[in-house]
Amino acid sequence: MSDSSTSTGAHRAEQPAPGAPETSGAAGAPGVGHAARGPAARGSRSGNAPKQIGEPLISARGVDKFFGDFQALKNIDLDVRRGEVVALIGASGSGKSTLCRCLNRLETISGGEITIDGQLLPEEGKELTKLRSDVGMVFQSFNLFPHLKAIDNVTLGPRKVRGLSKADADQQATELLERVGLADKANSLPTALSGGQQQRVAIARALAMKPKALLFDEPTSALDPEVINEVLDVMTELAEQGMTMLVVTHEMGFARHVCDRVVYLDQGEIVEQGDPEEFFTNPRSERAQAFLSKILAH
Amino acid sequence: MEAIAENVPLLLQGIAYTVALTLLGYVLALIVGTALAVCRVSPIPPLRWAATVYVEIFRNIPLLSLLILIAFGLPDVGLRLPYFWCGVLGLTLSSAAFVCENVRSGINTVPVGHAEAARSIGLGFFGTLRFVVLPQAFRTMIQPLVNVFIGTVIGSALCSAIAVSEITWVTQTLNIQYAQAVLMFLVAGAVYLGMSLGGSALGGVIERAVSPDAPTGRSRGRSALDVTAGAQA
Repeated sequence: MSDSSTSTGAHRAEQPAPGAPETSGAAGAPGVGHAARGPAARGSRSGNAPKQIGEPLISARGVDKFFGDFQALKNIDLDVRRGEVVALIGASGSGKSTLCRCLNRLETISGGEITIDGQLLPEEGKELTKLRSDVGMVFQSFNLFPHLKAIDNVTLGPRKVRGLSKADADQQATELLERVGLADKANSLPTALSGGQQQRVAIARALAMKPKALLFDEPTSALDPEVINEVLDVMTELAEQGMTMLVVTHEMGFARHVCDRVVYLDQGEIVEQGDPEEFFTNPRSERAQAFLSKILAH
Repeated sequence: MEAIAENVPLLLQGIAYTVALTLLGYVLALIVGTALAVCRVSPIPPLRWAATVYVEIFRNIPLLSLLILIAFGLPDVGLRLPYFWCGVLGLTLSSAAFVCENVRSGINTVPVGHAEAARSIGLGFFGTLRFVVLPQAFRTMIQPLVNVFIGTVIGSALCSAIAVSEITWVTQTLNIQYAQAVLMFLVAGAVYLGMSLGGSALGGVIERAVSPDAPTGRSRGRSALDVTAGAQA
C-alpha cells in the first residue's frame, strides 16, 4: 500500500496514460479509497523528491466579486499550477463556490483578472466557449442532461464542440465510463442512476473534453454518505494521474490526504493556505483554528 | 338538410380553406414564435426588447382588428395581398406571440444548472438551446402549444370578416340563402370541434412519445398530482 502510493506520487508529475501499471495498482485496487490513504502514505509521498508541479495554469489576481452591495470575494490571489490538486475549503457562504464558478466565468467578476494557461479569461463569445471547454466543471447537483442516456451525456461535447464522429465519440465515452466504473450503465437515463453514479457520469462528461484542468464545486455534498467514497475514489485516481484540479469540498479527509495544497476561505478572503498536513495539524490563523475546531470536533 | 346536400362542394371548399388557414398560420407561428422566444432569452438586450414589444403588441390586439388592419391597411401602403394570405398573415402574427410566451416559459422550466453544465463543456448560446434546453423544454410545451393550436383553429373563423371563403363564411352565406342558422352553424361548429379535438389528440400522442418514461415504460404508475392525498376521510 505505502509502496504503491510512493511510486504513484513520483509518477504523478509525469502525467502517465490512464491505466499505467503503478496507477492502477494503487487506485484500481478495491477498497483503496481516499480514507484508506493514511497520513503515512501522504508523508511518504511528500518525503520523496518533490512532485514536479508545473507553472501556474489558473491564475486569479485581485479578484473581487459583488452581488449587489454584498462582496462575495475580496481581492483573491490564487494560482493553481499544472498537475496540482488544490482543495478550497471554508464555511458555507465563505465564497468558495463563487470563486470556483468565476474561474470558468459562470459568474462574472467585478474586479481583478483571471488567466487560464496564460490567456486572459475572455468576455462572452467564441473565445470564451473555447476556453470553457478546456476547463471542465463538475457540479454539486450533477446536472446531467436528463433527456440523454449516460453515454450521450458524455459524447455531446466531443461531438458538437470538438466535432468528433459519433463512432469516435462513442468509443471514447465507453472508455471513460469504464474508467469511472460505469461501463454497464452507458445506455441508462440519468433518472435510472444513483447519485454517485450520476456524479461519476458527470466526471466522465467533463473528462471527455480532455480538459487542461477540472473544477469541482462540492461534488459530494448532494450525495448519500455511502456513495461519497465511490466519487472520491474516482477523483483520487484522477489526482494521481496528474490532472490539475481545484476542489471545493467539505470532505476534509480528501483535502488532507489527496490534495497538494489547502486554501482556506472565510468571508470572501483567502485567510490561509499551505500544505494540507501542516494546515490541519497546525493552522496559523485564528479563523482557521476556529473553523477546524468546529468541523473536527466530532 | 337540402341546404347541405345541395352545397357539398362549397362546404368542402370551406373546410379546405379553414384547414389551410389553420395549418399555415400555426406552422408559421411555431417558426416565428420560437425565433422570438430565442430572442427573448438571448444575451443581447435589443433583441430581447424587440421580441417583448412584438409579444405585447400582437397578443393584445384582437385578432379581428388585426385582420382588418392587414386586409385594408396594407393596400394603403401599396402592398396588395390576396385575402387568404391576409388571413394567414394575421393568424401567424397573432399566434406567434402566444407561441413565443409558451416556448419561453418552457425554457424557464429547465434548471439553470443544465445550461451551466452545457456551457461548461463548451457549448455556446445556440448549442446550449438546441441540444440541452429546448429538447427538455419541448416536453413541457406540448399542451400549451395545443392550446395555441386550438386558438388558431377558432381564430381562423374571423377570417370570414375579410371575405376568405372558409367554413364560417360559407355557412354564413348559406344561412342568408336558406335561413337555417342553427343547422348551418352546427355544421361550422362540428368542423371546428373536429379539428380542435384532432389537434389535442395528436398533442397527447406526441407528449407520450417524448415522455422520458416512454422507451422503457417505467413508472407508468406515476399518476396525476393527487391534491387530496393525506386528507382525513
